[in-house]
Amino acid sequence: MNESLLRELVPAVIGVLVRRGADFASAEDAVQEAVIRALQTGPDDPPRDPKGWLVAAAWRKFLDATRAETSRRERELAVEHERPTGPVPGADDSLWLYFLCAHPSLSPGSAVALTLRAVGGLTTRQIATAYLVPEATMAQRISRAKRRLAGLPLDRPGDPATVLRVLYLVFNEGYGGDIDLAAEAIRLTRQLAAASDEPEVAGLLALMLLHHARRSSRTGPDGRLVPLAEQDRTRWDTTLISEGVTILQAALARDRLGEYQAQAAIAALHADAPTAAETDWVQIVEWYDELLRLTGSPVVRLNRAVAVGEADGPRAGLAELNTVDPDLPRYAAVHAYLLERAGDLEQAADRYAAASRTATSVPERDHLTREAARVRESLRRRTEQPTTFTE
Amino acid sequence: MPKYLLLKHYRGAPASVNDVPMDQWTPEEITAHVRYMEDFAARLQTSGEYVDHRALSPQGTFVRSDGEGRPPITDGPFAETKDLIAGWMLIDVETYERALELAGELSEAPGAGGKPIREWLELRPLLTAMPTVTE
Repeated sequence: MNESLLRELVPAVIGVLVRRGADFASAEDAVQEAVIRALQTGPDDPPRDPKGWLVAAAWRKFLDATRAETSRRERELAVEHERPTGPVPGADDSLWLYFLCAHPSLSPGSAVALTLRAVGGLTTRQIATAYLVPEATMAQRISRAKRRLAGLPLDRPGDPATVLRVLYLVFNEGYGGDIDLAAEAIRLTRQLAAASDEPEVAGLLALMLLHHARRSSRTGPDGRLVPLAEQDRTRWDTTLISEGVTILQAALARDRLGEYQAQAAIAALHADAPTAAETDWVQIVEWYDELLRLTGSPVVRLNRAVAVGEADGPRAGLAELNTVDPDLPRYAAVHAYLLERAGDLEQAADRYAAASRTATSVPERDHLTREAARVRESLRRRTEQPTTFTE
Repeated sequence: MPKYLLLKHYRGAPASVNDVPMDQWTPEEITAHVRYMEDFAARLQTSGEYVDHRALSPQGTFVRSDGEGRPPITDGPFAETKDLIAGWMLIDVETYERALELAGELSEAPGAGGKPIREWLELRPLLTAMPTVTE
């Protein structure tokens, strides 16, 4: 059967099983098993009603598991099997599942794994491959998360902020194995935006679309990182950009600003600039002010220093940087960039080299190492060809 | 979730608290130590934080190219090599603090006299692939 169709059916089918009385953990397991079976048996006889077929297959799996569990318990304990009853989802199964899988009692990593399986319909193996851990480890992470949920009262709606955080984490993981996690995060956020009128959901969707639009220009042919200012803007996906901008404008018009809308506004201003030089940095600084007011985040303060450096010159940026915690990841990278623009090449080269040693990803480390080398090369040229005039 | 490598050294780490070489332990002490390590890995598998663990032979060889058309040159093992890795465990955890906690637990493995070795483990973060949002 068509894999993406099958995956889209997963949350609704879990909802059907739970409405029939299955507890969430067993229902989710049963649907996962039915999906794996369907993927293995192949497309020789695709059912006319895929959803009906998946409900029937998952229900059979559920009954088998319940019977096996009951007889096991009867053998061992001779007690009557009592199936735990979960909360009954309402009309919108998917919304209920988003909240459940991103429940605040779960750690972010567990919430990500459970969301990808129960809402995204991915198999444990696909999730494990995407996150580079053994399948057994991922299976344990998911079943622990479900056990954790089993003991909680789930009648209250969850926290929308944790749902958005989980989707953002999936998006930021990028591309893992045969699963495009960024595209998957967009699919799930689109689905959530269709079921919710929360402006921050729209803000997150807009943010994702605006970043995704630049994806192909963010890496060079050899996989190297291409910084925003050097990206080939003709390769940006204008359809995604205009969709993102439209969604963002509608969200902003609701006048309930949140951090994802503010981040999307910054991404939109970058997307809007025909060249890097034409970027409206003054407005970007204003959005960073909003973002700082909303979050108080030290990372925002760091990024704001870059924007100030562009809007008011590198010296102003360096002055801003003095107010930022120097232990932040990428602090040295920002410092190096501002120093270079301010003309202090010697210090800039040292700071680029320091930044490469504290980088957290391979492409960033390689990029910063090259930046250090580039600045050192221009320093060498300067000493080899002494200028004939005094400065 | 970030991944961390816990590195165990034959040599090169500062001295353990219970610093008696393994070949001077009793067989029971060795068995208890091995069981502790296996139980630790099994616990991490259950908690969904385990990625891999391997032990390395101390018999290392240094190898380098000697130019095109020539076989590589080998050297060693060097008795005086400053640093010698004994093995590693790769974990996938929510936070740096959790990685510290697990490393502390692993360092408690029993040694001579059944007392914890409290050896120094080296904790190294793995670099990731490129995140989607970098600017």
